[in-house]
Amino acid sequence: MSQVKQILLTPLFENNPIALQILGVCSALAVTTQLSVTLVMCLALTTVTAFSNLFISMIRNHMPSSIRIIVQMTIIASLVIAVDQFLQAFAYDISKNLSVFVGLIITNCIVMGRAEAFAMKNPPALSFLDGIGNGMGYSLVLIVVASIRELFGSGSLLGFQVLPLIENGGWYQANGLMLLSPSAFFIIGFFIWALRSVKKNQVETRDFRMAPHSAEEGAF
Amino acid sequence: MGLRRILDDMEPHFKKGGRFESWYAVFEAVDTIFYTPSKVTVAEPHVRDGIDLKRVMITVWVAAFFPMFYGMFNIGFQANSAILAMGLEGSGDWHEIIIGALAGHDPSSVWDNFVYGAAHYIPIYLVVFLVGAFWEVLFAMKRGHEINEGFFVTSILFTLIVPPDIPLWQAALGISFGIVVGKEVFGGTGKNFLNPALTGRAFLFFAYAPQMSGDSVWTAIDGFSGATPLSQIAAEGLPAIAVATGRGLTWLDAFFGQMQGSIGETSTLAILLGACVLLVTRIASWRIMLGVFLGMCVTATLFNFIGSESNPAFATPWYWHFVLGGFAFGMVFMATDPVSASMTNTGKWVFGALIGFMIVLIRVVNPAYPEGTMLAILFANLFAPLIDYFVVKANIGRRRARGVL
Repeated sequence: MSQVKQILLTPLFENNPIALQILGVCSALAVTTQLSVTLVMCLALTTVTAFSNLFISMIRNHMPSSIRIIVQMTIIASLVIAVDQFLQAFAYDISKNLSVFVGLIITNCIVMGRAEAFAMKNPPALSFLDGIGNGMGYSLVLIVVASIRELFGSGSLLGFQVLPLIENGGWYQANGLMLLSPSAFFIIGFFIWALRSVKKNQVETRDFRMAPHSAEEGAF
Repeated sequence: MGLRRILDDMEPHFKKGGRFESWYAVFEAVDTIFYTPSKVTVAEPHVRDGIDLKRVMITVWVAAFFPMFYGMFNIGFQANSAILAMGLEGSGDWHEIIIGALAGHDPSSVWDNFVYGAAHYIPIYLVVFLVGAFWEVLFAMKRGHEINEGFFVTSILFTLIVPPDIPLWQAALGISFGIVVGKEVFGGTGKNFLNPALTGRAFLFFAYAPQMSGDSVWTAIDGFSGATPLSQIAAEGLPAIAVATGRGLTWLDAFFGQMQGSIGETSTLAILLGACVLLVTRIASWRIMLGVFLGMCVTATLFNFIGSESNPAFATPWYWHFVLGGFAFGMVFMATDPVSASMTNTGKWVFGALIGFMIVLIRVVNPAYPEGTMLAILFANLFAPLIDYFVVKANIGRRRARGVL
């Protein structure tokens, strides 16, 4: 049981795919202006990761190592197409909003990374859970980013006006930067900063140390 | 010396294990205002010089006084002229309480203009300085680096490049972003690869475009609207430019700064006086300034020759680019920031020329932005390390070919 818990929960903070492995950042910039769109994207990615892990793990012992990437890609691509078709059928507006980014889940490094790093070495049930866990780790960051961007960029959350905008007679001046992709970089950066101030073991070792250039500093 | 003894008596409390250990950065800052720092460089190579970071920064700060005082006068002059022309009562907001108590609204009275400008500028400066100091001291205490006078410079430069109408909370937010994201996350003064003041302004420019650009922010009156010379050029070309109150704008007007614009950027003359201080004290690099100037001249002339049927901005000659917008201020105070500019002498020429080129390119070719100084300098900041890398590589190659290495 503890292993299940570990597989599900470590990707949240201990080994977050975005914050520690810095994977899947492109979609984190692209789909986070509105929280509702982000939630759908998170669900789509979690589903794809979980099922790709499951299926790849099921056939892991029958796959010749030399063509394993192609096989993995085929499975992932089929799943992405299934998810894309599902969204177009049942959530057409959001599917429009997500545009190419659902299709681009195929290239999302998290899916591929988990297939290679986990599903190829572990049994199907655990692999499935690992997919869910990493999907949640990804979702956590995206939801934080999207909440901040939607709240400060348009003064709303999930479409509900939380901060009344000046244009509509309220007091809140919308922050236009939050609607531009670079703001997600800053927010992810701040997220990583906060995470690493709490979990110091995630801080990378320095590449080099500057030599002290005054006597007093050297004495420390 | 009495003061030295007082400071020495206090010092143990601030050292490791003392009562106020975490406040050491503040103590150190006060100490070094009065006395030369006791730290000396031991690692080679180094030069002996009485000037330290603090003196460098203070000199820039003092040099920025020329555009600052002219800027205060000009805010008032522009606003009072507009008030006279439009027959208004006053500025139309809370500033009027202060202005009304001290002066009137006569654009020909230096005192009236100055009071009007000071009532707008001083609150901005106070807010920016206090908020900037807060972040600087906080990071100094947490990270254990010294409190650098860098933020003196950053704060005054930041206030001089914002429009006079800026809401105070936006000024506070801008300087916070500039100091924290532009400087402190990378380790503080000396480790920032972007100019912090420009980073803060860029943040405001993209976050709050209605208060940072357009036609209604450049003169400090509520509800007043008038296009800046650069946006007039972008729209209708050089012959059409006029000051906000309708009179045509001559080159000398622009050179002396008799036009609306960001607080410290209007008067090229005042900026050049500041440049003299920086060049005589050899704090700013003349190579960068000249590089920016020549890059601008060449690019502007090139566009003059190319010409354009549909875009009147192509015809703007170099001497107009020189006096309009933030060009002179950016060239003298922003591009020469020793930390974010290139370090090598050849690199400084390239760095400067890149800025000059980009300024004209953005002003003339990009229809969305009539002014490009800020973006051009930030862009060149990103390339500064790369430029240095190639200069150093080329030098190594040259020496190797000569057989020295």
